[in-house]
Amino acid sequence: MADTRPSPTTPSQTVGPYLHIGLPWPDGPFAVAEGTPEGFWICGTLYDGAGQPIADGLVETWQADPDGRFDHPDDPRGAVPRPGFRGFGRCETDERGEYRIFTVKPGPVPGAGGTVQAPHIDVSVFARGMLHRTVTRVYFPEETEANAADPVLNGVADDRARSTLVAAPAEDGYRFDVRLQGEDETVFFDV
Amino acid sequence: MTTDSAGRERPVPGYLRDHDVHPPLDYPGYRSTALRHPKRPLQLLPHLLTEVTGPLLGEGRIGELDHDLTRQHAGEPQGQRIIVHGQVRDSDGRPIPHTLVEIWQANAGGRYRHTGDNWPCPLDPNFTGVGRALTDAEGRYRFVTVQPGAYPWKNHDNAWRPAHIHFSLFGRAFTQRLVTQMYFPGDPLFFQDPMWNSIPDDKARERLVCRFDYENTEPEWALAYEWDIVLRGREATPFESEVDDD
Ligand SMILES: [Fe+2]
Repeated sequence: MADTRPSPTTPSQTVGPYLHIGLPWPDGPFAVAEGTPEGFWICGTLYDGAGQPIADGLVETWQADPDGRFDHPDDPRGAVPRPGFRGFGRCETDERGEYRIFTVKPGPVPGAGGTVQAPHIDVSVFARGMLHRTVTRVYFPEETEANAADPVLNGVADDRARSTLVAAPAEDGYRFDVRLQGEDETVFFDV
Repeated sequence: MTTDSAGRERPVPGYLRDHDVHPPLDYPGYRSTALRHPKRPLQLLPHLLTEVTGPLLGEGRIGELDHDLTRQHAGEPQGQRIIVHGQVRDSDGRPIPHTLVEIWQANAGGRYRHTGDNWPCPLDPNFTGVGRALTDAEGRYRFVTVQPGAYPWKNHDNAWRPAHIHFSLFGRAFTQRLVTQMYFPGDPLFFQDPMWNSIPDDKARERLVCRFDYENTEPEWALAYEWDIVLRGREATPFESEVDDD
């Protein structure tokens, strides 16, 4: 399919074991400016199939603003810049496999055919031993009704699997662990 | 489907799904994939607004010397000076302007400035091995660096990575995000490298190899290599039923 296009795409390769020299940014974890009043932390641990934390990984997040809009020309409602809001976070995992992202809650986002998606954050996971990224989503535990109506969540038939996409409340925000394998393997998406 | 500013429903085209081009997440030849690939089938995610948008980074993220890895220290690094340049475009051939390109690499001897890299090859006090650039209006990027060395690793007996530069790209949408590695022409180590061999299609592998570019070599200064990077292009505007079927 790709080869019928004028330019076939470039294949993915792993970030390898030395991503920590190239990818971290000092302000990476701040999807919103430090000190944003409504800001909170999303923290979690990246686990491998043996339940061991992954210390050579990287987590990236992308989300709508609190009104459910994007500062991007392909948002058909028009790009909306919002001071102090980047919407993108990046954090390498530490020796305990932990990452943390400082952000605010996104608003609901239009879905296909007039549906509404519950507030969510798209997540990319990179690590040594992963030949391309995996993608998952963070949903919010207090959004019971919106989550129940969310077309993407509803596409996950198994209750236990679906629950891996919902963050847990934590003292300074939320906890969202990512398990690459195992009983509670996180749901990953084909994007 | 979404609603535009005039209240009309308008389809948002998604991006090409190009999985056949990429390595599988489960590839036994690369041992570390064993515990690091999802075992359940991936769930199909339609390309909705969060997926067709993405961070438009760059403004203010690039320092003056970020693209020149040979000028980031008091002295010059050891090794063969090279220019690595090319175009970032999508699979329809459209250039991707003003997008962030990040690179990292080993020094001329094949050692990374990383606490986990301890093989007996000296660090170079004048080489960090990290660069950043923004593509110009035509999607072109340019780095100056030194030729990275090959390095040993423990994946299999007498395992060596072919010389490579790690590349990270954003494009214009979450779906276009790509991290990959650029290789050099004719590397004798390809045959035993599981990362190279993990790419199912030979032609796709070749797309990770840069081209020696004599025309852009700088006389009495630096050799040059050209490497174009192609990110996923747009699907044709879908019919509503197709969006829902996704
Ligand atoms: Fe490497």
